[in-house]
Amino acid sequence: MKILEPLLFELSVDGRRGYTLPKLDIPESDPADLLPATYIRKELKLPSISEIDCVRHFTRLSRLNYCVDVGFYPLGSCTMKYNPKINEDMARLPGFANLHPYQSEGTVQGALALMHFLEHAICEITGMDACTLQPAAGAHGELTGLMIIKAYHDRKRNKTKTKILIPDAGHGTNPASAALCGYQVVSLHTDARGGVDLNDLRAHLAPDVAGLMLTNPNTLGLFDENIEEIARLVHSVDGLLYYDGANLNAIMGWTRPGDMGFDVVHVNLHKTFSTPHGGGGPGSGPVGVKKHLAEFLPSPKVTFDGKKFKIVRKCKGSIGPVRSFLGSFGVLVRAWTYIVSLGGAGLKDVSSHAVLNANYMMRRLQKRYALPYDRHCKHEFVLSGKPFAEKGVKTLDIAKRLLDEGFHAPTIYFPLIVEEAIMIEPTETESKRTMDEFIEVMLRIADEAVNTPEKLKAAPIKTPVGRLDEATAARKPDLNYFKGRGSPPGNASV
Amino acid sequence: MNPTNCKYTKDHEWARIEGKIAIIGISEFASKQLGDVVFVDVPQVGTELVKGKTLGVVESVKTVSDIFAPLSGKVIERNAALEGEPAKVNEDPFGSGWMIKIELSDPGEVSDLMDVKEYEEHCAHSEH
Amino acid sequence: MANYLPNTPEEVKQMLATIGVPDIEELFREIPASMRLNRPLDLPEGLSEAETAQKLQDLSEQNFGADELSCFIGAGIYDHRIPLVLNHLLLRGDFFTAYTPYQAEIAQGTLQAIYEYQSLMCELTGMDIANASMYEGATAFAEAANMALVHTNRKKLVVLETVHPEYRAVTEGLVRHLGVDVVTLQVEDGVIDATRVAEAVDGNTAAVMLQYPNFFGCLEDVAAICAIAKKAGALSIVSTYPVALGILTPPGEFGADIVTGEGQSLGIPMGFGGPSLGFMAVRDPLMRKIPGRISGCTLDNRGQRGFVLTLQAREQHIRREKASSNICSNQALMALNATIYMALLGREGMREVASHSMQKAHHLKKELSKLTGVQIPFSAPFFNEFVIQVPNAAKVLKKLESEGILGGFLLETFYPRFKNHILVAVTEKRTIEEMDLYKHLLGGLSA
Repeated sequence: MKILEPLLFELSVDGRRGYTLPKLDIPESDPADLLPATYIRKELKLPSISEIDCVRHFTRLSRLNYCVDVGFYPLGSCTMKYNPKINEDMARLPGFANLHPYQSEGTVQGALALMHFLEHAICEITGMDACTLQPAAGAHGELTGLMIIKAYHDRKRNKTKTKILIPDAGHGTNPASAALCGYQVVSLHTDARGGVDLNDLRAHLAPDVAGLMLTNPNTLGLFDENIEEIARLVHSVDGLLYYDGANLNAIMGWTRPGDMGFDVVHVNLHKTFSTPHGGGGPGSGPVGVKKHLAEFLPSPKVTFDGKKFKIVRKCKGSIGPVRSFLGSFGVLVRAWTYIVSLGGAGLKDVSSHAVLNANYMMRRLQKRYALPYDRHCKHEFVLSGKPFAEKGVKTLDIAKRLLDEGFHAPTIYFPLIVEEAIMIEPTETESKRTMDEFIEVMLRIADEAVNTPEKLKAAPIKTPVGRLDEATAARKPDLNYFKGRGSPPGNASV
Repeated sequence: MNPTNCKYTKDHEWARIEGKIAIIGISEFASKQLGDVVFVDVPQVGTELVKGKTLGVVESVKTVSDIFAPLSGKVIERNAALEGEPAKVNEDPFGSGWMIKIELSDPGEVSDLMDVKEYEEHCAHSEH
Repeated sequence: MANYLPNTPEEVKQMLATIGVPDIEELFREIPASMRLNRPLDLPEGLSEAETAQKLQDLSEQNFGADELSCFIGAGIYDHRIPLVLNHLLLRGDFFTAYTPYQAEIAQGTLQAIYEYQSLMCELTGMDIANASMYEGATAFAEAANMALVHTNRKKLVVLETVHPEYRAVTEGLVRHLGVDVVTLQVEDGVIDATRVAEAVDGNTAAVMLQYPNFFGCLEDVAAICAIAKKAGALSIVSTYPVALGILTPPGEFGADIVTGEGQSLGIPMGFGGPSLGFMAVRDPLMRKIPGRISGCTLDNRGQRGFVLTLQAREQHIRREKASSNICSNQALMALNATIYMALLGREGMREVASHSMQKAHHLKKELSKLTGVQIPFSAPFFNEFVIQVPNAAKVLKKLESEGILGGFLLETFYPRFKNHILVAVTEKRTIEEMDLYKHLLGGLSA
């Protein structure tokens, strides 16, 4: 078995140290004198590594990763835009990084002001009246929004509200969040133009509908022109409209969920507002609501009395806290920095260019890839790799072949309603040159799929590792070095 | 090849009836659709199954699928070997990849199931 | 105005020509006129880099943080030392601008680091399997409750009042809709007697939920409580403070089924409470019930060791409404932060941080208890956090603050019956001078 980089545990040598504490400056006492013996740990098998070994280990690991700083991520639904460096510097300012969440209000006025400004900016951008910054990610925002919807119906003592409608093209988090909130999920069909099938919506419209969750533009990257009618229908049974803000990057300054008739919205600061993905998180998923839902927002809330910012813990009607403390503040600092940099007009330019870039790529790529919904897209579009099926080439193979060409793969097999889906979102931060390079490669891969399909099946060959044995990983899970020893089944040599 | 001594459901479960006992699994068609099976979750011995209701799940690398009870009855045995070797569902779906044995509570239900000919027509239709 | 839009007017023109539209406006035409925003967004004009930085700097200077004040506040977030090396590694764009490692071939750095993180957390907590992270301590705790409800198919939770009040509130908020009976047991001498837990647990109890060390800094009889849960067929869920486990017996050794917690103490700045790190670790039988991402070790098609996200069928992108949780984005970068921290400190360093914190806390408690007017209400064993009672506690804290000391957390914020009680935390970072000053000032105020 070849090893790219040893595990921390394999680098450990007893007696090495990577960090030294200052000497204890009080008279030393034996832990055994301070605690009953049953509470004192007998063994701690953590590794012992020198500072330089540690630096090299993580630096070498980092070099096995692809990232935005290295190249293009055409990942639909993920908005992998450039993460401005200034954001990191601002989040690390000592006056932000070193605050304890339970300090007195008087010592954190700047932090509370920032949160207050950001709440207002999110309300203005989404057309909402009030906002919470607590949710830690998009899915957490969905859950928070649904708890608010539930609180609204509970307040009206409406016990019939048991269902949430979700289009079949929706993100997987939508049904998962609704189920976690105790709702029954009803899936709606997509019509021929890629929007919500109004007939299907009408068929499911009943007093038991608590709400509908929608992205607009939807996960096909298409703006649903029937949104006014959808809103009217859902509201006609006292259902509420939930906006999944994953696709907000398409519409800033052009239209607002609030103006489309939505009652609740979450936004993803780690998508639209440029905070880094960090290999999977941290995100942040603030939730905005219309006036009639404002009282239900999570507590504690940040308020301003004209002179001082305050933290109000007891809020009548509130669903209570959805996490500890006030939110992922460091992520909020980054998002606010981004908004301050761009300003209102800049944010509209962001959406204009995101949409321009997506349409440009779509028009060039549709020459060789199937385009199931042929109309102007918004910030992303969905192609299908189905034409290559007869050569035995799957979308997965196209994705893997892209890795050899120095690109990240697009989102694949989503949305579920498009066979062999290839979902591309360039974002506004990519230049025409970068997109052209990617397009040329995609067109070449289309040729290969026809002429030398085996090349795609073998890909990737230039990446640090090849395709991984996922079946064995799931059948005989090795998830912990102390049990599996980092020695996968089928490997005889270790 | 789908064995002729089995009965089938439209959800691709099979049942082999031996007197009052039925042995249950999923068909080769289903195991191929799923891809590499990595985990099978079936009910404990003693569980009462209702025809058409979920009895467990089968997981592959990239998907997961409910298994529906083809017939009603009480679980009397489960295939313990699948815990360590779920791949048997792919390798031998009608043999060592069987999932549970049940004691039928209503043998009359058997007539609702498809025979092999009907099932193969059903598969041809699903594959289009 | 920032420089994040690279395309020149000439390039825009070429792109419009390729699309076949006269202008960008045309691409937005399908948005009905009634819902167009026919005015500019009401936000300030964009600023240059220097102006933006100044604006944020000004805001940050209206705060007074632990770099200026001595922080004796804990209550879930702790002011530990952070090795300088850490930030250099964390700021590598290859880590922080990477996406979720779904394309394993170009994400081995993140995937191996997650595997290392999982292993370290298992060892630290004494458990079998850890996931790649949760949001933070409270949601990790609440998700564990949800998992126990599903796993046991029971409808009751027994929660100790000594669990962080915000964690309890978040948990209650999550299960409120599911018809769950939440029984909260009241604290006595800083802890809750196991016999009272035994009285509350019955055949309908899904989980017994506790914190170790608890919110008051005290150590519950974790072994006895876990045994009570086990006997009733319920799960035991223990929220913990990972730094403390450098010296404390891990919850896994006491028999816990699920261990969760807040990982901020593992080298993450306090940051006003976030982003921090939620963690969750379980025993083997719960492997396919644990929420969130998990990295597993396997081989690639060239015979090399590699890592890949595994057991994905549990997750929302596959199982949708039947998923074990709705979690998608987690706290990957913060988990990496914790991994690097534990790697740098190592076995000896982790023991020392815990030991120094504990010794200093015991020292300060001893010194403060000598002061007239200072009462020590609880006698249970504690780690690095303890409660004092002083007259006019709110005023005392204010006065301490004006002298440069964040003196602790006022318990009545969450526990109205504990008037004038202050929860004091001491980490390895607090010096003898800071503690002497605390004692000196408090002596003047409490007498």
